[in-house]
Amino acid sequence: MSLEATILLALAVPLAGAVLILLVGRHPNLREAVTLATAGTLFLLVASLVPAVMAGGRPAAALGEMLPGLGIAFVVEPLGMMFAAVASFLWIVTSIYSIGYMRGHGERNQTRFYAFFAIALASVMGVAFAGNMLTLFIFYEVLTISTFPLVTHAGSEEAKRAGRVYLGILLGTSIGLQLFAIIWTWTITGTLDFTDGGILEGKATGAVTGVLLALYIFGIGKAALMPFHRWLPAAMVAPTPVSALLHAVAVVKAGVFTVLKVTIYIFGVDNLAELGSSEWLRYMAAATIIIASLVAMTKDNLKARLAYSTISQLSYIVLGAMLVNAWGIIGGGMHIAMHAFGKITLFFCAGAILVASHKTEVSQMRGLGRTMPVTMAAFLIGSLSIIGLPPFGGLWGKWFLALGALEADKLVMVAVLMVSSLLNVAYLLPIPFRGFFGDPPANPGDDHGAGIKEAPWPCLVAITVTSLGCLVLFFYPDPVYDLLKQIVTPPR
Amino acid sequence: MISGHLPALQVVLPLMAAPLCLLLRHSTATWGLALATTWGSLAIAITLLLQVLSTGPVSYEMGGWAAPWGIEYRVDMVGAFVLVIVAALGSLVMPFARLSVAREVAADRVYLFYTMYLLCLTGLLGMAITGDVFNLFVFLEISSLSSYVLIGFGGDRRALTAAFRYLVMGTIGATFYIIGVGMMYMMTGTLNMADLATLLPAVAGTRTIQAALAFLTVGLSLKLALFPLHLWLPNAYTHAPSAVTAFLAGTATKVAVYALIRIYFTIFGGVDVFETFFIREVLMGLALVAMFAASAVAVFQTNIKRMLAYSSIAQIGYMVLGIGFATVTGLTGGIVHLFNHALMKGVLFMAMGCVFWKLGSVHIRDLAGLGRRMPVTMAAFLVGGLSLIGVPLTVGFISKWMLIQAALEKGWWPIAVLVLISSLLAVIYIWRVVEVAYFRPVAAEPGAESASKIAEAPLSMLLPMWVLAGACLYFGIDATRTLEVAAAAAMLLGTTP
Repeated sequence: MSLEATILLALAVPLAGAVLILLVGRHPNLREAVTLATAGTLFLLVASLVPAVMAGGRPAAALGEMLPGLGIAFVVEPLGMMFAAVASFLWIVTSIYSIGYMRGHGERNQTRFYAFFAIALASVMGVAFAGNMLTLFIFYEVLTISTFPLVTHAGSEEAKRAGRVYLGILLGTSIGLQLFAIIWTWTITGTLDFTDGGILEGKATGAVTGVLLALYIFGIGKAALMPFHRWLPAAMVAPTPVSALLHAVAVVKAGVFTVLKVTIYIFGVDNLAELGSSEWLRYMAAATIIIASLVAMTKDNLKARLAYSTISQLSYIVLGAMLVNAWGIIGGGMHIAMHAFGKITLFFCAGAILVASHKTEVSQMRGLGRTMPVTMAAFLIGSLSIIGLPPFGGLWGKWFLALGALEADKLVMVAVLMVSSLLNVAYLLPIPFRGFFGDPPANPGDDHGAGIKEAPWPCLVAITVTSLGCLVLFFYPDPVYDLLKQIVTPPR
Repeated sequence: MISGHLPALQVVLPLMAAPLCLLLRHSTATWGLALATTWGSLAIAITLLLQVLSTGPVSYEMGGWAAPWGIEYRVDMVGAFVLVIVAALGSLVMPFARLSVAREVAADRVYLFYTMYLLCLTGLLGMAITGDVFNLFVFLEISSLSSYVLIGFGGDRRALTAAFRYLVMGTIGATFYIIGVGMMYMMTGTLNMADLATLLPAVAGTRTIQAALAFLTVGLSLKLALFPLHLWLPNAYTHAPSAVTAFLAGTATKVAVYALIRIYFTIFGGVDVFETFFIREVLMGLALVAMFAASAVAVFQTNIKRMLAYSSIAQIGYMVLGIGFATVTGLTGGIVHLFNHALMKGVLFMAMGCVFWKLGSVHIRDLAGLGRRMPVTMAAFLVGGLSLIGVPLTVGFISKWMLIQAALEKGWWPIAVLVLISSLLAVIYIWRVVEVAYFRPVAAEPGAESASKIAEAPLSMLLPMWVLAGACLYFGIDATRTLEVAAAAAMLLGTTP
């Protein structure tokens, strides 16, 4: 099969899966089989592209023109390759998890849930493989709209309000700022193709570049840079698998992925370094890192705490991009993969706790390690990886980001990274520690205390896979590193 | 040869069919005749467009009288494009109209409805095809008078007031237009557009011509409902039968916009009206106000047809804004939005027609739970709504892209920002409907056996609606064809690139 066909199939397979899911919606087992088969096929398709990209190839495909001279085109470059691989792999895991969660929790409208999930993944593939900014923008918007029914899945008044915030901020920033920047770029350069070294180099003055950069970075609302971060905590009203895959991996990473793409291929790293347009945005990112961590400490609701943690971690990647040097970019790219595994584990655990013991608040989880040892152990692993301690993958993201900050001679940023790590410790570790060492609250008439009561087994399988992933990525980060090394040459 | 007479047939066909309807009197028979006629018109319009694309503008002398004395029909790219828009909407509304009209119009008047419908189509097609300013007035009146009647068919008594109001405002507009034409005739002695274009530059500096331009602008602005001359539109659209609203929203104002384009770029083509007469400041200023004021008003409407009517006023602002740029990109954006907006408003009003057919109301509180009860209709509404917002992969995105590009090419970035912000207002009023339809449970009606059962409109209404919805998506994904035609039209009008 040609590489071009593979790219197009990677987009078509999840869409076809969505249609099939709708068709067989009456038979839950068959429906879940379709989801798993689709996810598996997608991962194989994406994986089959890896060798070509590793060898320096850039497989491409085009879907025809949309506006004169501007088409829907796909080019697989290393960053997108990595993002697609992570997202499609974790979709399989999440699908397994969803089966346990959705049934265990007795959710309604499961057919709609699985169908929109598949559509969302199709748009993630579109974002990852986009060959120009227009294509990326289109799939970015499709992703927003296809996840709206997932966020508002419960259909309650609260879900409706959250949906408004979600759509309002994401559409507002993308149409109001990002689209404006895209059309501006188009009128300046006459192209929107992602090009090595950037298309704006030498075409725009420092002032214009500065304004454009700000429009892009804030316009990519999915990156949740403050003050456009409110949608992410709001989205937590969604069922946990959505929070896990979409709001810890696919959607938010599509945001920071776009930030990296824009930095590298629209502005050009060297161009930005020379013009210095990104200086102040570094401080915005740094502020988001610290403030979001502080807010996370105040949240008693576990999912809300994780959401603010995600906001903070996303800004690591924005910071990496804004450092505009090779280590920063590599660090940002690494962090996309590393944080994905860590955070999805944490969300899986949050969902498992909800299904097994109906607890949502951190304060209720004292002593939970006795009844849910696997879940709590996984939570510990995920937390350690997010904090960036060996032997877990999260270390590498922070390592390279710190290198990037040193390279840019910004000791302040190194300090920010370290302080943030300490804050991570403060808001994450108490949960597993109290879970294992604390006494379960005395609850009269409640005999949960005795014996092990874990979430359904598909949930446990998923949790185990992702926490093992954190471990594996510590020892074998090479594939990710080798991929990213192709984009920027590290100083050696 | 018959193909040589296509420009005449384009107008004569519906004009002849209209009195036949009057003679037939039988509801279904008149509907069949009207259906055949509209689809015939569409075939002619498409043939003409293809002819223009391959061999350039087509000129036709009515009755064989040579141009400055006789009436010339002239089909160029712009005209052909508008002809296709009008004929396509006219023929797609027809299959939809049968059941919708049967529900909303008294049975003994249905044949009158189709008579008027065909006359209105005649007028609109005639305006787009004629190369003579007085002839344009005649067709303007034909279309206007018949549309007053069409609006008056609405089941509600308020439809009569709405029609009367439109009659008064429309007549003032037409009168202003004819005064302008008279002044031009006084100065040049000709009514032929091409002739006027060559003679006008010599007398452009005179006060008479300046006054003529003002009269023409105001007259046509009334017809196209440019803010603040839009007061007739909301009531007319709200109380007219659903089929009429779908038809008029997609065609009547569009043809008036077309006439305005003709005046500025063909008749006054040799004069730089935008720089010398403050036309640009006035047009763009009003267009921007329309975009915001009308959208803001739309947010607070509880009758969805009225909400969409206000949205139309805002969207007309986009078209006029495109004209105001007077550049190829701007005009391309304006012209392509004529087409795109006709598609999306067609879908939206047809969806409301389906809802009215089922529920007898389009009030927002009655829409609760419709996402479940009428999934096909509401999905089409969603497609139209997303187009209105301008989400990528829908036609609205294309229009917005062109307008913003035009603004940025000129360096007028505040206008680009305003276009974007105003399109976000559309999110608010569309999403209000979506939330009610998909999140609010159906109010338990006494006697209703099951509120959550699927109860769709009949296929003959759903099908035309989905053809338009499909077009909204198709021309949003591959806009090269529409943009090519619109750009060719914009070039032809001799704007500065």
